[in-house]
Amino acid sequence: MIWDLHCHIATVPGRTPDERMYYLVQIADRMGIDRMCVYMGMKWSDDPTPADFRNQNDEVLQALSHWHHRAFGFAYINPKYVKESLDEIERCIRDGPMVGIKLWVAERCNSHDLDRIVERCAELKAVIFQHTWLVTSGNRAGSSTPQDMAELAGRYPNVPMILGHTGGDWELGICAIRASKNVSVDLAGFDPTSGVTEMAYRELGAERIIYGSDAGGRSFASQLAKVSGAEIPESAKKLILGPNLRRMMLPILHAKGMQA
Amino acid sequence: MTHFIDTNVTLSRWPFRRLRGDDTVELVKILRHHGVTQAWAGTFDGVLHKDIASANERLVHECRQHGHGILLPFGTVNIMLPAWEEDVRRCVEEHKMRGLRVFPNYHGYKLDHPDFARLLAMCDEHRLILQLAVSIEDERTQHPLLQVTDVDAAPLAGLLKLHPRLRVVILNSLRGTGTRNLNHLSACKNVSFDIATREGVEGLKTLAEKISVDRVLFGSHAPFFYFESAVLKLRESGLGEEQLARIRTKNAEALLLG
Ligand SMILES: [Zn+2]
Repeated sequence: MIWDLHCHIATVPGRTPDERMYYLVQIADRMGIDRMCVYMGMKWSDDPTPADFRNQNDEVLQALSHWHHRAFGFAYINPKYVKESLDEIERCIRDGPMVGIKLWVAERCNSHDLDRIVERCAELKAVIFQHTWLVTSGNRAGSSTPQDMAELAGRYPNVPMILGHTGGDWELGICAIRASKNVSVDLAGFDPTSGVTEMAYRELGAERIIYGSDAGGRSFASQLAKVSGAEIPESAKKLILGPNLRRMMLPILHAKGMQA
Repeated sequence: MTHFIDTNVTLSRWPFRRLRGDDTVELVKILRHHGVTQAWAGTFDGVLHKDIASANERLVHECRQHGHGILLPFGTVNIMLPAWEEDVRRCVEEHKMRGLRVFPNYHGYKLDHPDFARLLAMCDEHRLILQLAVSIEDERTQHPLLQVTDVDAAPLAGLLKLHPRLRVVILNSLRGTGTRNLNHLSACKNVSFDIATREGVEGLKTLAEKISVDRVLFGSHAPFFYFESAVLKLRESGLGEEQLARIRTKNAEALLLG
């Protein structure tokens, strides 16, 4: 069982959300991937207005419409607009089919603007995915570090959340959230550098590691290799490829009466 | 078992991390396990060491001693060091190497450096394959005390007009789905690319649509990358068996004969 935590329709061929989703499913089939989490729309927008993120989420809803048995949607929101983001969570998650949120680079995640968003997600059992990347030469304003994530996770120690890209600079990312037991790491969207999964396994344990690709900006191949190529027990690989994400999502899936 | 010629492996130690396979015996074990019948091996020692001659000697020794006959040494030449021509001579005459590998960004020069043109001429004269590593590690995660930007390989297009027979392999250049170097060099028929850093869904198929599949080489960038990444890319590509066979072995075989 392989579930992919991290897919986009912005970076794959196709004229419409439906065409792009169809394409993603074809290649996922080829790679043995059963389910995909999809977020953000047809075009990147790193600091979206409410109108923009609503439109992007509409595109994802359209992409999902024929593929509820294969794909899940996360709502893209912007914590700079707390009220509109909360409204979007109601629209897409409480009243719609989506099961999580995606936070990108509009605002750093240690900001208190995230508090009500995290609290609402916790009530709905929605998955919280935060992009993080620690760039050696310095992060752009609004781009979260793993340390920011540790701060947020410390305020909500009972709410599970996901550290996107394992922080990019993964040796630092893993250490930064090691003590935050409610944080899992996303293996997606960085080079298949040997050793990353072994270190995450050693420091965090198998249960806190989740496979994702960041397709189509990345290949499924390079990201799957982080699991298949790692020198860790087969039982750990299995958990990382699917069951860990499924376990995190089961409460909301059950609440929505969704099969998985 | 499916066989591979891996045109992008590196021996010895990466300065910033221990890698599974930074010991030659272990690396060869991994490569053979996956069906690699030949691997073109550079050395991490060539990246930062100043005594390049000894780095190349150790490379040759390791290949001979622990290579099980599959490792082909590609010595380093650093044109910023005094009398670097002697290193080329030793690679050719003493070590009988088939090619060289250069790291222009770590060695601190751009490709318009006059000595780089001289190096191309020497490679041409001695019929050496030249492997040019555009990057080793993602710029964003490099050690703060050693930040190097990816090599701009565009000047090669002009330089290679003088050397239409010189075989050049660009390593680790297709980071992300970025195609800057690819666009500049797509018209140079004597330039090939390895697939280690090629990304995107069906990345190899889209690459083969941009340049002839004859110029695409299997390269894993092991042990820095998980070897499996390159293998899985072949599967993801959806290319036909005939094209895959070229990428896996035939293109590299032809290049070596060339
Ligand atoms: Zn992403």
